[in-house]
Amino acid sequence: MADFTMPSLGADMDEGTLQEWLVKPGDTVHKGDVVAVVDTSKANIEVESFVEGVVQQLLVEPGTTVPVGQVLAVLGDGVAAAPSPEASVAPPVAAEAPPAAPAVAEVDGTKADATKASERPESVRVTPLARRLAAELGVDLRTLTTADGAPIRAKDVRAAAAPSPAAPSPAPPEPVHEEARPAQQPSKAEAMRTAIAHLMSRSKREIPHYYLSTTVDLGRALDWLHERNRALDVSHRLVPAALMLKATALAAQATPAMNGFWVDNAFSPGGSVHLGIAISLRGGGLIAPALHNAADLPIEELMAGMRDLVARARTGRLRGSELSDSTITVTNLGDQGVETVYGVIYPPQVALVGFGRVVERPWAVDGLIGVRPVTTLTLAGDHRATDGFTGARFLADIEQRLQHPEEL
Amino acid sequence: MTHDATTMSPDAARAAIAAAVRRIVPDADLDTLADDARIRDELELDSLDFLSFVELLSGATGIRIDESDYPDLTTMARAIAFLTSRETSGDGLSGR
Repeated sequence: MADFTMPSLGADMDEGTLQEWLVKPGDTVHKGDVVAVVDTSKANIEVESFVEGVVQQLLVEPGTTVPVGQVLAVLGDGVAAAPSPEASVAPPVAAEAPPAAPAVAEVDGTKADATKASERPESVRVTPLARRLAAELGVDLRTLTTADGAPIRAKDVRAAAAPSPAAPSPAPPEPVHEEARPAQQPSKAEAMRTAIAHLMSRSKREIPHYYLSTTVDLGRALDWLHERNRALDVSHRLVPAALMLKATALAAQATPAMNGFWVDNAFSPGGSVHLGIAISLRGGGLIAPALHNAADLPIEELMAGMRDLVARARTGRLRGSELSDSTITVTNLGDQGVETVYGVIYPPQVALVGFGRVVERPWAVDGLIGVRPVTTLTLAGDHRATDGFTGARFLADIEQRLQHPEEL
Repeated sequence: MTHDATTMSPDAARAAIAAAVRRIVPDADLDTLADDARIRDELELDSLDFLSFVELLSGATGIRIDESDYPDLTTMARAIAFLTSRETSGDGLSGR
């Protein structure tokens, strides 16, 4: 038997709300399979299993907020015990002694009957934003339909919530999900603000930051990029950020001291480079999910992976491993117009790389002044893990790699 | 609005731009977006958002948009002028 527990999805998380089960008793689960959707203060996260086995029992009902570490489900190596769904509202201690519930196999989706009113039958997908909006606006998701089994989106919820005589909403005007989200609970934005505040306070309290900065000539890199993009359809074009991320990932791989974690008063190398990408969310907030094995991705795949990650961070779902695996983080605030960004390191990581806006500046090359596109590359380093000397070599390495874009 | 069968009308161009923007920023308030306002700045589009915008716009209008055309998409007014000056590939949007 193995327990599937509420995972810690980053250093700033102490509790999460189980939003949806993606497995049912009797399902076989492998390591890495997505088994549940958990709503943290930052996002809806698809949580992967770290254990293998057959789902015996789901212990927590959707809508329930539980602390990190609480058992959510029991996995075994045999067939499911298949307790009644009602048993799942029992406190977690019941996990040790499952009630003698009728052993009715839930194979035909009848579980939906027992789920809460805010839930939908499993066959219809609902985007996380739509689910949240529905809770906020008091829209009963069961009353919504979409064509061809398309997922229910935020606009569908808004349309249902709109007080339009043409589209009478059967939903009551008052929110009906107060048991899942009590009034005193902070809003999503507030919760995220609090989580960021905790994590960044911890970073500044614990991590002795040092900062380095250098200006990088991007002339060659951008020439190469534009030449390459000229021949390509929009969907295959690269943005400069892709080159910056790849150069950073390769440099991090070459300087393992910058790539990893400070835990228990010692540096623990991260191994592969899982590049955290700081992504600002519309409506405020920040999330820095990991692009796995970024140093090993061909530039096209890195670009596609980055687009996918940003899209899912903003509108869809991230994986639990993407929230917890980052070994070093990059912030590209230049997109918002600033020339220089000195970052705050995400604990327990030991480095944060910043790229500023690409600007045209007079630049001396071979004794001649020319106008070149340049960016300010910065490093915030953890002085417990590395010294400025190592950080300087690391930045110089990123700069050098950006002079050879064809090798990225 | 009269226009050639192979080019877009200004209204159709505006609608296509608005539709592409709304796919990226669903709650964008385009009514208050001035025609000469910088779209990327006003709507806080980063480089990936802008790439998606170009992709959606190109796909919906059938007009090829090269990187060198990006400056023509800076504002609503410029983007409308750009789209209405180009021939569409004739993928059935003349009626919009």
